[in-house]
Amino acid sequence: MIRLAKKGRDPFIIYGREKSVEEQLRRNILLTTVDAMLKWSRRNSLWPLPLGLACCAIEMMGAFFSRYDMARFGFEVFRFSPRQADLMIVAGTVTKKMAPIVRRLYDQMSEPKWVIAMGACAMAGGPYNSYAVVQGVDNLIPVDVYVPGCPPRPESLIYGIMKLRDKIKYEREAKIL
Amino acid sequence: MKGSFEKDTGVNTDIIELNMGPQHPSTHGVMRIVLELDGEVIVKAKPVIGYLHRGTEKIAENRSYYQVVPYTDRLDYLAPMSNELGYVMAVEKLLGIEVPERAKFLRVILAELARIASHLVWLGSNANDIGAVTVFLYAFREREKIYDLLEAISGQRMNNAFLKIGGLMGDAPDGWLDAVRAFVKQFPEKLKDPDGLLTKNKIWKERTEGIGVIPRDLAIDLSLTGPPLRASGVKRDLRKDNPYLVYDQLNFDIPVETAGDVYARYLVRMEEMRQSVRIIEQALDKLPDGPVLIEDYKIVPPPKSEVYHDIPELIHHFKLISEGFHPPKGEVYFAVEAPKGELGYFIVSDGSNKPYRLRIRPPSFVNLQALEHILPGYLIADAVAIIGSLDPVFGEVDR
Repeated sequence: MIRLAKKGRDPFIIYGREKSVEEQLRRNILLTTVDAMLKWSRRNSLWPLPLGLACCAIEMMGAFFSRYDMARFGFEVFRFSPRQADLMIVAGTVTKKMAPIVRRLYDQMSEPKWVIAMGACAMAGGPYNSYAVVQGVDNLIPVDVYVPGCPPRPESLIYGIMKLRDKIKYEREAKIL
Repeated sequence: MKGSFEKDTGVNTDIIELNMGPQHPSTHGVMRIVLELDGEVIVKAKPVIGYLHRGTEKIAENRSYYQVVPYTDRLDYLAPMSNELGYVMAVEKLLGIEVPERAKFLRVILAELARIASHLVWLGSNANDIGAVTVFLYAFREREKIYDLLEAISGQRMNNAFLKIGGLMGDAPDGWLDAVRAFVKQFPEKLKDPDGLLTKNKIWKERTEGIGVIPRDLAIDLSLTGPPLRASGVKRDLRKDNPYLVYDQLNFDIPVETAGDVYARYLVRMEEMRQSVRIIEQALDKLPDGPVLIEDYKIVPPPKSEVYHDIPELIHHFKLISEGFHPPKGEVYFAVEAPKGELGYFIVSDGSNKPYRLRIRPPSFVNLQALEHILPGYLIADAVAIIGSLDPVFGEVDR
């Protein structure tokens, strides 16, 4: 007897009497909900669009390379084309001249898409309370996770992406467009 | 307008306009270049800047002299210490104060660590743009070690805000000097990894030799500074020509190449990293004991232990934190040799606690002018190599 995987749990785990893997594989039937399946696949293959605008871009590179190595968590496939990405990391100061481009890049990304605002500038303008700076990227696009710091350490960015994974996991229903 | 392809073959072609950036992996930030292309050959290139204009100079007019230091960090964010150094020394020149010897030597060590850190990012990203991805991993491995050192002394990996008008925020913690010595001891050996991958690599040489040549005259006309100037055969380095801090007590060479191409700029920067190691080693050997901060409580806040117990010190502390100090009226220009070139600060003081005007002379901005002169005639694939070799940082270009 096979029961459905409970909502919110990882799919592909079959709770049943058959204990042996061979037995289960022989039956070759995996049951789950579409939602759980979509969420599982989305949160484990986030492809980020690195929108490196200023200082935070250097720490983003730090998170990406040798020591912190984001590849351990499956987010290392940086795509510089918005068409291929589903997570936008806004790392740095968004100026008024750059604002239309940030918005256009967001619009060019295909659904479903998420945004991380990395650093104080992207969150709220940071120390730059001036005529040229947009006071937070959330004036332009919806933001899912804010990572504070000036600049945040690579660990902070990785933690932010982990939080985003949780957010995708516990969404009431997977975004389907 | 007819392109060369059309002249050679008689086939009718058009010039196309291509927009590169501002979101592009190899523009090193947010630069946009409008390229006119004849096939793959660049006919005309027009850089468009200003996508990171944050109004630093205007903000500085509304901040006290101390409060400007963190903004200078965020100009050339690959080497925050060099930016601070230029600013605090300009203010010190305005005030007419001299920092203690130990602070001078520590500043030299920090500035040279910043130079190595900045050149490592250039090395990684320039090689990455051309296709040698592995070099980036080696470069960042070393850069992380410098981050550790900077974090140990200042508390933050980047944007340290550690230099203070009148000295340093604090002395080196226990064991820090040994850690620096250990780092510079192993660094030349570790630099052989990227060196061995690139310097005699045939592909690397074909992609860089003879590419993006800046003739000596053009370099002088455009007032380039730093490695792009020295790669064109002009021996100019403010550390030698106008020695500040204790650079006149230290032995080091200024690497100069004459070819003026991407490869020459590569060689110059690689050698500069080795020379920085020499400078740090000598500075560590000669480092004297003593304070790292002047004891003029009209300019630097008194130590906390005194603030808690003495009323005059409490008043000094309160005055400095809430208002800052009032330098004399006047104008001052001071430039240091930052990793990118001559980084100058021009301060106009009207006697109040805020700069009346702070003008920053950023090396990247001036060096970037060369781009529109040297790009035409090269392939579009060479454009990324040339941009990388000029090493612009847009926090500094746009300010």
